[in-house]
Amino acid sequence: MADHHFGGIKIRHLYKIFGPNPKPYVEAVQKGLSKTELNEKHGHVLGLSDINIEIPSGCIQVIMGLSGSGKSTLIRHINRLIDPTAGEVLVDGVDVVKMDEAELRAFRRHQTAMVFQKFALLPHRNVLDNTMFGLEVQGLDREKRVDTAMRWLDRVGLKGFEKKYPNQLSGGMQQRVGLARALSNDAPVLLMDEAYSALDPLIRMDMQSVLLDLQKEIKKTIVFITHDLDEALRLGDQIAILRDGQVIQQGTSQEIVLKPADEYVANFVREVNRGRVVHVDAVMSPHQSGAYHGGKSIPAGTTIEEAMRVLVSGSDEDVFIVGKTGEPVGTVNLRQLTRAMVNSHEELQARPALAGVL
Amino acid sequence: MEWFYKFPHMDDDALRGLKKAIDEGFRAFTRSYGDLIENLFSPLQSFLIAADRFMTQTPWPVIILIIVAIAWFASRSAKVVLGCLVTLLLIGYFDMWDDTMRTVSMIFVCTVLSIAIGIPIGILMARSDRVQKIVSPILDVMQTMPSFVYLIPVVMLLGIGKVPGLIAVVIYAIPPMIRLTDLGIRLVDKDVLEAADAFGTSASQKLFKVQLPLALPTIMAGINQTIMMALAMVVVASMIGVQGLGQPVLKAIANQYFTLGMFNGLAIVGIAIIFDRVSQAYGQRLQKHREIVHG
Repeated sequence: MADHHFGGIKIRHLYKIFGPNPKPYVEAVQKGLSKTELNEKHGHVLGLSDINIEIPSGCIQVIMGLSGSGKSTLIRHINRLIDPTAGEVLVDGVDVVKMDEAELRAFRRHQTAMVFQKFALLPHRNVLDNTMFGLEVQGLDREKRVDTAMRWLDRVGLKGFEKKYPNQLSGGMQQRVGLARALSNDAPVLLMDEAYSALDPLIRMDMQSVLLDLQKEIKKTIVFITHDLDEALRLGDQIAILRDGQVIQQGTSQEIVLKPADEYVANFVREVNRGRVVHVDAVMSPHQSGAYHGGKSIPAGTTIEEAMRVLVSGSDEDVFIVGKTGEPVGTVNLRQLTRAMVNSHEELQARPALAGVL
Repeated sequence: MEWFYKFPHMDDDALRGLKKAIDEGFRAFTRSYGDLIENLFSPLQSFLIAADRFMTQTPWPVIILIIVAIAWFASRSAKVVLGCLVTLLLIGYFDMWDDTMRTVSMIFVCTVLSIAIGIPIGILMARSDRVQKIVSPILDVMQTMPSFVYLIPVVMLLGIGKVPGLIAVVIYAIPPMIRLTDLGIRLVDKDVLEAADAFGTSASQKLFKVQLPLALPTIMAGINQTIMMALAMVVVASMIGVQGLGQPVLKAIANQYFTLGMFNGLAIVGIAIIFDRVSQAYGQRLQKHREIVHG
C-alpha cells in the first residue's frame, strides 16, 4: 500500500429507498417527492436522499444525526452491507456499487474494517483470536496473524488480556478489542458505527483520545458515526449532519458551530462548549502593521479555551496571534475571547423561536 | 337423517380396494427394490456390528475406564464421574452388562448417524425459509406418528434385524437434532453476522467460524434430546430384533416378569442419566464464555 496513495471516498447522488419495489420511486424522489408522501402514498420509506460527501484520504469524517436520520444506513453503504437504490460510492476510485460478490469480498477484506456499536465480538473466541479474525478471513498464516494482532492489542492498551474472553471484559475494553480487530486488518478505510455510543462518558472520552492518538500515526480514512455533537466536534476533521436521510450541513467543527445552516443545527450547537471548538482566528482583530513587538504570542489555530488559559495567567494586554512562519496575523484580548464564548446566548435571545425552547 | 348421526364414510369396498392397492403397490416395490436397498444399507450393518463387537468383547474394566474418562473430559465434575461409575458397577453386578453394552453401542451408532444426517439438514433449513417450510411438517409427522407404525414399512423393506431397528430409531430420534441445529443457527446474533460480513467472510467461513460455533450449545441440546429419544425407542425397536436391554423388557411384558422388567427398565434409566448428565455438562462448559458478565 505504501507505493499507492489511497484516493479517499466519494459518495455521489446516493439514494436508498426501503420497500418491496424501490427502483421506480427514485425519479419521483429526485423530482421532489417528500419522505412523508412516499410513505403514505406508496408505502416505501426514504432512507437516504441525494447524499454527496467527499472524504479525502487520511481524514476523519464524522456523520452526525439523531436516531432515524439514516446515519447507520449511510455507513453501511460504504462497504455495501446495504445495497443502494441509486448512486455511486467510490472508494479509492472504484465504485463499490458495481462490484460482484468476489470483488466485494476482497474489498471488504482488504480495503475496509469496521467497528460496531454493540462490539460484535465472537463470544467463543478469546481476545487474541477475536483480534485475528479479519486476518484469518484474509487467509494469513497464524504466525503473522498473532504478530499483527499482538501489536495492535498492545497499542490499544490490552496487553496481558489476550487470553481473556469478551464476557470477562468491560464495555470499554471490549470496544478496544473491536478497534484492535479493525486496525489489524490494516485497511485504508476505518468505519466506526456509533462505536462509542454504548460506552459511559468517561470511557468514551478516553476512547476518543485513543483514536485521535492513533490517527496521528495511522492516517486512515475514518468514517465515524455518532449522535453526540461533542464527540463529532472533537473527532471530526469534517462533519456532515444528517436529518431525515438528507445532509443538511457539511463542514469543519468551526463552520458548524459558527454558521449553523438552519435552526435544527443551531439547536444542536447551542449547548456546545464553543471554547473548545472555535479558533482564535475567528475572533481576533486583524493585525495592524508595525505594532508587533515579539512578546507573548499564540499560534493561529489555537482554540479559544487554550488561548484564555494563556491570557488569564498573563497580563491584561492584547496578545499577538502568529501564523505558521511566526509572522503576526492579529491580536486578541480576554474581552474578545469571553465575548465569543457567551455570544451564543445573546444570539439565542435574538431568536424568539429558539428562546421559547429554552 | 341417518347421515347426521353416522358419519357418511367412503364406500366399504372402495376403501378396502384403496388399502389393498397401496399395500400391493408397496409390496411390489419391496420385491423389486428390497435387495438393492438392503445392499445400500450394508455399510451401516458393518458399522453396527463393529460397534457391537467392540462394546461386548472389550473387557468390562476397559469399557468402564473409557466411559469414565469421557465423562471426566466432558464434564470435569467428580460428581458426574462418580455417578457414572456407580451406575455402571450396579448394572454389571445385576448381570445386565452384555445387554447394556449392546444398547449403548446401538445408541452410539444412532447418535452418530443422527448427527451426520441431522446437522446438514439443519444447516440447510437455517439457510432457506423454503426448506424450513418443507422440512418442518415432515419432522412433525416423524415425531407424532406412533413409532410402531413406521416399523411396518421398514420391516417390509429390510426384514427383521439391526439395520431396520437402527432406521426406526433414527427416524424417531433425529427431529430434535435437525430442529435445534436450525434454531441454533437462526438465533446467532445479527450483529455478529454483520461483523462477519463486514470483514469479508465467504459463506463457508461464516458457517464454520461464526454460525456453527455460536450455535453449538443449542446443537448440543439437540444431541442430548436425540440420545434420550433413541433410548426411549430401544424397547420398541427390540420388537424387530434389536438386541439389548429392550429384549428382556419385551420378554417381561409378555410373561409378566415384574422384576425382570423393572431391573432392565432401571438399567435403561441409568444409562439415560449418564448420557444426559455428561452431554449436558459438556454443553454447559461450552456456554461458559457466552453469558454476559458485564453490562
